[in-house]
Amino acid sequence: MSLSVTSPRPVDILRFNTCGSVDDGKSTLIGRLLYDSKSLMEDQIEALERSADITGGGQINLANLTDGLRAEREQGITIDVAYRYFATPRRKFIIADTPGHVQYTRNMVTGASSANLSIILVDARLGVIEQSRRHTAIAALLRIPHLVVAINKMDLVGWSEARFLEIRAQFEAFLPRLDIKDVKFIPLSALNGDNVVDPSPHTPWYAGPTLLAHLETVHIASDFNLTGFRLPVQWVNRPNNPTDAALHDFRGFSGQIAGGIVRTGQKLLSFPAGIVTTVKQIWTYDGVVEEAFCPQSITLVLEHDIDISRGSMLVALDHLPGSSSDLQAEVCWMHTRPLQVGKKYFLKHTTHTVQVVVTELIDKLNMSSLESEPAPAALTVNDIGEIKLRAARPLVFDGYSTNRLTGSFILIEPGTNATVAAGMLRAPYEVLKPETADYVI
Amino acid sequence: MSSYHLDHLQHLETEAIHIMREVLGEFERPALLFSGGKDSICLLRLAEKAFRPSELPLPLLNVDTGHHFPELNEFRDVRAVQLGAKLIVRTVDDAIAKGIATPAPGEISRNRLQIPTLLAAIEEFQFDCCIGGARRDEEKSRAKERFFSFRDSFGQWDPKNQRPEIWNLYNGRLNPGENMRVFPLSNWTEMDVWEYIQRERLEVPSIYFSHQRRCVRRGGQWLPVSALVPPKPSEEVRDLMVRVRTIGDIISTGCVESPAETVADIITEIAAARVTERGSRADDKASEAAMEDRKKAGYF
Repeated sequence: MSLSVTSPRPVDILRFNTCGSVDDGKSTLIGRLLYDSKSLMEDQIEALERSADITGGGQINLANLTDGLRAEREQGITIDVAYRYFATPRRKFIIADTPGHVQYTRNMVTGASSANLSIILVDARLGVIEQSRRHTAIAALLRIPHLVVAINKMDLVGWSEARFLEIRAQFEAFLPRLDIKDVKFIPLSALNGDNVVDPSPHTPWYAGPTLLAHLETVHIASDFNLTGFRLPVQWVNRPNNPTDAALHDFRGFSGQIAGGIVRTGQKLLSFPAGIVTTVKQIWTYDGVVEEAFCPQSITLVLEHDIDISRGSMLVALDHLPGSSSDLQAEVCWMHTRPLQVGKKYFLKHTTHTVQVVVTELIDKLNMSSLESEPAPAALTVNDIGEIKLRAARPLVFDGYSTNRLTGSFILIEPGTNATVAAGMLRAPYEVLKPETADYVI
Repeated sequence: MSSYHLDHLQHLETEAIHIMREVLGEFERPALLFSGGKDSICLLRLAEKAFRPSELPLPLLNVDTGHHFPELNEFRDVRAVQLGAKLIVRTVDDAIAKGIATPAPGEISRNRLQIPTLLAAIEEFQFDCCIGGARRDEEKSRAKERFFSFRDSFGQWDPKNQRPEIWNLYNGRLNPGENMRVFPLSNWTEMDVWEYIQRERLEVPSIYFSHQRRCVRRGGQWLPVSALVPPKPSEEVRDLMVRVRTIGDIISTGCVESPAETVADIITEIAAARVTERGSRADDKASEAAMEDRKKAGYF
């Protein structure tokens, strides 16, 4: 197979992340993808060779490609999420290389949150371990649409089909408990390049695609929700130009569409004002357009002069979101200071930041059994659990399972300003009442 | 449904516009770092897309090392006027004169000295956020940096203690004296930048295109001969048709031999390139952790 970064103009972007335990060979796999797809440049290979002479006993270490920080090279580990880019004639790829150490699970959530696809690496000698379950559970929780289980180091188990099937069965034993629709198992050796870019001569029993062939063809149609228009307002665009009459009265609401499609003339409901208005114009730098869709960034001009500012949300009348001060969510805790029931945090949801108090810790996910344990004593770093929150002002939101952008939030600790949790909202108990929608100018 | 599809540049564009607008929403006094280089030229177009028809709601800031290519500074000044933007320039020479930056004995490079100059400008104007054009594909330590990159009151980056960034929710909260660097082009590659320049028909400084220049062979590179880089008698000097691929200071930017006269030529050239753009920057070759060390000290 001949691939190269040299063919310009890929048609779309696939974002994926890699996860596995220490020494599963994640960085080696990425290095191999870049190397075999000819996405590495000569000076990068030279730099690798230089560090091989110094630290690697002459052996090129593909992991040095992504392990960019001093401590990583010294300790031979990956500390933080590293992003890598390559392109083939079919697609542009954004890779988030996320570490596998227990204490760095928060980075996997970071790397995976925007991914279309997750690659879970498994050492063929070890099979499924707790880290594999944890990473798969996180991918399921984040609702990453596609999963690849890369069974690595197959050369060290004699390219045994029986071993491959055994590990697949280990996965299939717990996958039904997680909500994942698309899972692909690929036997490979990242170190030697088997089934990464080029098909392996060692796996005649495997009829499926190589890893890269799968990444190039997996169907990512729209990961964005095109049902139910949502525009979280980021910024009010007011030129206030005294000399240009057209601009003097211009008042637009700028934001990135978080769901659905909007058209000129469409009726929208604005929150928190609760007032129905009409789209007068969809303004973009490249000209006025008749319709726009998620995830485009636009500026809406409305028929009525109503109170809308950063943090307001404009929504379609036919698919109303929920609105409540009482929230229930699954959270991944990301900070060494544990979650405290009764403590106040800032919650950032879309473009809106509001104070919240944690009112209840409902349960915690046991990463070994993948069962929920009710009423845990605490939620500490890398724990995933279900909580209840009460917000100082009502949130306008969707369930995370309906819309990743209007159903997600982060918690920020006052004082330190640390991002302490990633949260996924449960579907609202009740959608906005139609009475509210009747409140028209 | 197929018509509701964004290609890769449109995806990168809407992501960057979203980040620009988040900066306006989350910070009191942001600035945009504009050097006149290709990446910051894209940033300015994205700022136009984010904020028009309003005036650009943030000033442009440039740290002039005194070793800039003159073509770059001319372009910078012209572009700022075209956009009706406020341009603030602070110079390393001035910072040295004021004792803000102190060169080591014999230190010629202005690379380290632009750090205190930038931090002094941030202090002077009380900027709480600077938008920069850095990309993660440029360099290994950049590959680890967030869109919203937190800096403590000394301007330092702590790579081991970065705020997690989840979905498109950026935590911009700061305590007094702290600062944020924001990089909307994080996910762009060199190829994406040139394709965007082509699609948007953006002007770039003439030195990106092929021109004749007297160069001296030094450290495996062709450096432009200038008052700052006089050739030594033993060195090879040639008049070559060259262009620059990445612009740093005139004393450390290698020229590449190239016939590329148009943006389309450049795209073809990059597509066939077998070295990275930073391969022509002597400042990054100093050591494997050169960029990491500079960033920890407050570099862009």
